[in-house]
Amino acid sequence: MSDLDSTIRRVLDAHGSLGTGVDALHDDDDLYQRGLSSHASVNVMLALEDAFDVEFPDSLLRRDTFRSVAAIRGALESMGVAAR
Amino acid sequence: MPRADAPSPDGVAAFRGALLDAGLLVATPSPGVYHRGFEFERIVAGIDACVADAATHPQWRRLVLSPVQPMSNLEHSGYVTSFPNLIGIVSSFEGGEAQVPEILTTVDEGGDWTELTAASGLALCSAACHGVYPLLVGDDAVRDGVRCEVSAWCFRHEPSDDPARLQTFRMHEYVYVGEPGAALAHRDEWLERGRALFESLGLEVGVVAANDPFFGRAGRLLAANQREKELKYELVAPISSAIPGAIGSANYHEDHFGAAYSLHTRDGEPAHSACIGFGLDRVAVALLLRHGVDVGRWPSSVHAALWPPERSRVP
Repeated sequence: MSDLDSTIRRVLDAHGSLGTGVDALHDDDDLYQRGLSSHASVNVMLALEDAFDVEFPDSLLRRDTFRSVAAIRGALESMGVAAR
Repeated sequence: MPRADAPSPDGVAAFRGALLDAGLLVATPSPGVYHRGFEFERIVAGIDACVADAATHPQWRRLVLSPVQPMSNLEHSGYVTSFPNLIGIVSSFEGGEAQVPEILTTVDEGGDWTELTAASGLALCSAACHGVYPLLVGDDAVRDGVRCEVSAWCFRHEPSDDPARLQTFRMHEYVYVGEPGAALAHRDEWLERGRALFESLGLEVGVVAANDPFFGRAGRLLAANQREKELKYELVAPISSAIPGAIGSANYHEDHFGAAYSLHTRDGEPAHSACIGFGLDRVAVALLLRHGVDVGRWPSSVHAALWPPERSRVP
């Protein structure tokens, strides 16, 4: 697992209020179906910004951006965060 | 369709002037804060009674909530984090007599005497339904679902000269707390009931998906979520111009308040909630735009709906 993925999962674990453990999550699992609430998604967004020192642009402040681990990774990569 | 003779956005000032000239609203130095003339109150009372008459279920409670509530309500509801720009908290002086001279001097010198006050633990009510959920804590009635009818004077810090946007206003709400399916049904049933109610008053009503004006960047994500999930619908009509604005709002909160207040359904899951809020003052302003500021010349059907002779004064 890349650093990028493990950081995403760590943030989801701390802020996602998910019903299941993040280790069991598949990349494409729908986080909203796993219990990610709208307010929790905001906390995830803020924690990701803190972890990667980035700011999500307005165009990415959408529900789909935080729908899955893969979606979050795609959004971060589009913002110039590189997987290592 | 807006009325052809409804004012353009440029006509809002003229419409406001007409409301003031007729004594329906009485301006204060604070934008969006008005005293109400008795004729305006008669309209609000008629709308309020129409909303009360629209109920079809027995209510767990019917309450007029205090306009001032514990500040903790703002915290638990999430209002203070989602709408910090709209809140109003009550400050007061909690010092001793020894500090009175300092107040006198500060006031006399035109200084900032508010620095001598502190938050009192009270806040102005932001939305009527927010006073309901704390009342349900520990009440087993939630397990089977409860329906409440509440009204309250509300405050939102939105200074504006547009009479469609008042800082103090009344909301009359129907709230359901219980099973998810029943909460969604409550919202959707009331949306239709609200539309019919407004149409009976001659208003040209639309129903639109909407989002709350959540604050800041985090708020943009919340708003996007709310809109994509179609949690909020507004009943819109021309209020102070041809541009429609919300005169009612029907909201499905999912488990937001159930989780915040540990309200649970029979299966132990967080209760879901929904509400419809009628903005009584906005409806009154919309009626004055629609039918004119001379209430005596309103259509007889509107008179009959607002003030039926058989309705008693006491609800």
